[in-house]
Amino acid sequence: MQEHFEYVLRIGDNALIHGQRLSEWCGHAPALEEDLALANIALDLTGQARLLLTHAGRLENKGRDEDQLAFLRDEGEYRNVTLVELPNGDFAQTILRLFLFAAFQNELWQAMQASKDDSLAAIAEKSLKESRYHLRHSTDWLVRLGDGTEESHARAQAALDALWPYTAEFFSADPTDEAVAAAGVTVAWSVLEPRWQAAVLPVLREATLPIPERSAFRSSGRFGRHSEHMGYLLAEMQYMQRAYPGAQW
Amino acid sequence: MVSMLTEAKAWEVLAQVPDPEIPVISVTELGIVREVRVSNDAITVILTPTYSGCPATEVIEHSIRTALAEAGAQSVRLETRLSPAWTTDWIQPEGAEKLRRYGIVPPAPTGDMHVLRFQPPAPACPRCGEKHTERLSEFGSTACKALYRCPACREPFEYFKPI
Repeated sequence: MQEHFEYVLRIGDNALIHGQRLSEWCGHAPALEEDLALANIALDLTGQARLLLTHAGRLENKGRDEDQLAFLRDEGEYRNVTLVELPNGDFAQTILRLFLFAAFQNELWQAMQASKDDSLAAIAEKSLKESRYHLRHSTDWLVRLGDGTEESHARAQAALDALWPYTAEFFSADPTDEAVAAAGVTVAWSVLEPRWQAAVLPVLREATLPIPERSAFRSSGRFGRHSEHMGYLLAEMQYMQRAYPGAQW
Repeated sequence: MVSMLTEAKAWEVLAQVPDPEIPVISVTELGIVREVRVSNDAITVILTPTYSGCPATEVIEHSIRTALAEAGAQSVRLETRLSPAWTTDWIQPEGAEKLRRYGIVPPAPTGDMHVLRFQPPAPACPRCGEKHTERLSEFGSTACKALYRCPACREPFEYFKPI
């Protein structure tokens, strides 16, 4: 089923692209401990992407493996939500995005453990242990930044105002999601919204960050229509495989 | 030629294969070897990886192949089993003791980890036993460890995170 493949690509690409963005912090974080933390989280996400893209390749059944899917597709073939491809911005923006995304992944993995696709259920069971740590880490930081100094609060609020509109993409219903859910393969993202809000809103309140109004804006990365930042990200991520096809080390 | 290794012997060999990141404990003490099957033509080792992104995974697979081949295995097959997911509860008691002697506090039992803001009680310092230690970072030199500091002996130490 084409939708099944699409769905797995979406969650695989989410992990891959967010992992790529977080890894850009390696060597640049505000403190050594945070450098280690962001790099470790990036590694977890890259590991999840490997499992998911390998599985997607099997579902597609055209002989593409994790490397071909990760490194040899063109921009329009990536199915990640736009949020994860946006530039890191400052530390507050990175942490806020990690928080919004980890809370989403956390709900997704919990629901996906009941998937009829045994591989997806197993990946979800494993990844959930990791997303809990990511969520806890980003939650601690977000409260500290939001309810911190005037400067950190202003930056956290600016990050929330900038990124909040992109979270609507997670939950708007679409045919791929519905087909996968109707076939009983796994859960549609749209049903996760109340659970995600229940996880996210209390933390934002604790961080003293007012939540922006929902607007009509809808990003569309999961349909392959990306922001202008995606091409630059791919140019860097794919450079090695494009320059030296099949390179190994 | 048929494989000369018995299942029991294969486990003994695996018990000598160190974890590349924490070489004081073996892959069996770490609890990632879930099953060993011996058939006429091959030894199959079933592994459950620790963290999805653990960079040691490939090294571990390579070490296992090499060790079993050196012990006389003709053909080694490695399979990955994701479910049930690896948990630090699978670390063998001897492994936990070796971690402690190495200066890494072994993980507490996982129990209920579902609470968002759950802060595990700080582990006691592995050097001086001081109970009131402070966490520097939930992520240490590897994905599986957190970084702590002991205010009594002023030494930093690592804690194997329960997952």
